[in-house]
Amino acid sequence: MKLVTAIIKPFKLDEVREALAAVGVQGITVTEVKGFGRQKGHTELYRGAEYVVDFLPKVKIEAAIRDELLDQTLEAIEKAASTGKIGDGKIFVFELEQCIRIRTGETGTDAL
Amino acid sequence: METTASAIALLPNKGDTAWLMVATAFVMLMSIPGLALFYGGLVRTKNMLSVLMQVFAIFSLVSVLWAVYGYSVAFTEGNAFFGTFDKLFLAGIAPESVAATFSKGVVVPELVYVAFQGAFAAITVGLIVGAFAERVKFSAVLLFAVLWFSFSYLPMAHMVWYWAGPDGYTSAEAAEKLNATAGWLFQKGALDFAGGTVVHINAAIAGLMGAYMVGRRVGLGNVAMAPHSLTMTMIGASLLWFGWFGFNAGSALEANGTAALAFVNTWLATACAALSWMMTEWLIKGRPSLLGAASGAVAGLVAITPAAGFVGVVGALVIGLAAGALCLWGVNGLKRLLKADDSLDVFGVHGVGGILGALLTGVFAAPSLGGTGIYDYVANAVAPDYDILGQVVTQATAVATTIIWSGIVALVCYKIVDITVGLRVSEDEEREGLDIASHGESAYHY
Repeated sequence: MKLVTAIIKPFKLDEVREALAAVGVQGITVTEVKGFGRQKGHTELYRGAEYVVDFLPKVKIEAAIRDELLDQTLEAIEKAASTGKIGDGKIFVFELEQCIRIRTGETGTDAL
Repeated sequence: METTASAIALLPNKGDTAWLMVATAFVMLMSIPGLALFYGGLVRTKNMLSVLMQVFAIFSLVSVLWAVYGYSVAFTEGNAFFGTFDKLFLAGIAPESVAATFSKGVVVPELVYVAFQGAFAAITVGLIVGAFAERVKFSAVLLFAVLWFSFSYLPMAHMVWYWAGPDGYTSAEAAEKLNATAGWLFQKGALDFAGGTVVHINAAIAGLMGAYMVGRRVGLGNVAMAPHSLTMTMIGASLLWFGWFGFNAGSALEANGTAALAFVNTWLATACAALSWMMTEWLIKGRPSLLGAASGAVAGLVAITPAAGFVGVVGALVIGLAAGALCLWGVNGLKRLLKADDSLDVFGVHGVGGILGALLTGVFAAPSLGGTGIYDYVANAVAPDYDILGQVVTQATAVATTIIWSGIVALVCYKIVDITVGLRVSEDEEREGLDIASHGESAYHY
């Protein structure tokens, strides 16, 4: 099993969700996050005070999937989240040791 | 009042009475929620409720104090600086009691006048909290409010606004005698239609002193202290603008042409100032911001306050134009010069705008520049000669008096508060935010 974590632009969330559903990903967890990468922040000016905003708002998606779904999942995210401009985000893939469905106690891929 | 006036029982005009009651409610709306939201939007989320609470509590506190002794001290005949305790708890003021207006033989119910003036007192003290927002102790705010209201607001209101009313001004001798009973700045002939000195300069100086005395916020310059909701600030500024029609046009005390003039000037000077700040900011900083437009509007409202019923429309437009650009400097260049952490720019907007408005009132009240001139109650006509320079000097005297009086009183009051309850919260509490630390609640639950 794999855990796929993707950081994407917030307005791309719906497209990514649809693309993931289309390849058969059963569920995702979404978090609103802030961070910085190569995309530069911006400055904000409030009367006399100027603030550099380094941390930009992004959305973090987490999806636990079967190994054989990995390539399609990555492709789906990459395609749906891409604008071609700097700041599109990143995808991280982790080995997933265990997964348990709390309601039934099922484990492993059955719980995905 | 005068025997002649009391012999013929004067009845209030129903139109005047209705307008003044509505205007009073408008002015109360300026404090809550207008000013509270305007300020609240400018602080960080963790301090939102503290600012709302400070304005709300001050409004309530000053309202009560006004009835207990405030009105009596400000609006009874005493010396040139203070009235008396004759009307404590509004003693002797019955539904049929009347107060003078600016027209002979025209009166309004004194109870309405009490409430109208009380609303002014409440917002003036509320204005100050913007200067030390985000680190002040709540008990310190309350204690300071009581002290400063008693020793700065009340005498300033008495100095500028107390007079016996126009009815007794029947001859030069009578006028001279009556003038001697009026407040100190009224006697000098200072023009302050709706409270440029009493309200804005008065509060701004107290705020500036507060910013020095309370000290800078922890992390100023290192931590981002951006406003948390300019949406709230825009709503607040708009409610202030709306309420200000009651503040300025209501200050005519009658529903007449002077009220109409003040109404139109309040509308146009403000619009002009919003554009002026916006354009100046656009030119200098590259972008026209909403906060700039909203701040410009407030600056315009402040500046037109002393002039509202005295200047013509063109005068009002010029005052607005000057206020927008100058107050932008007030929150930038001047702010850096003063080195005080006046969190929400009380001095930059209300001080600079108030002083500008007070001085320009002296200029644009001139009939030659479209103003109304000064009414001579003995001749029952506008005085034929108007000395612009002389009037500006008189205006400057009023400004200087306010700065010195309010400045010294405020310093002493802060010192007293510092020694007794302490001025600011602990550093930990400040970092946590005043909402949780001082009030045990949060503005937003995500």
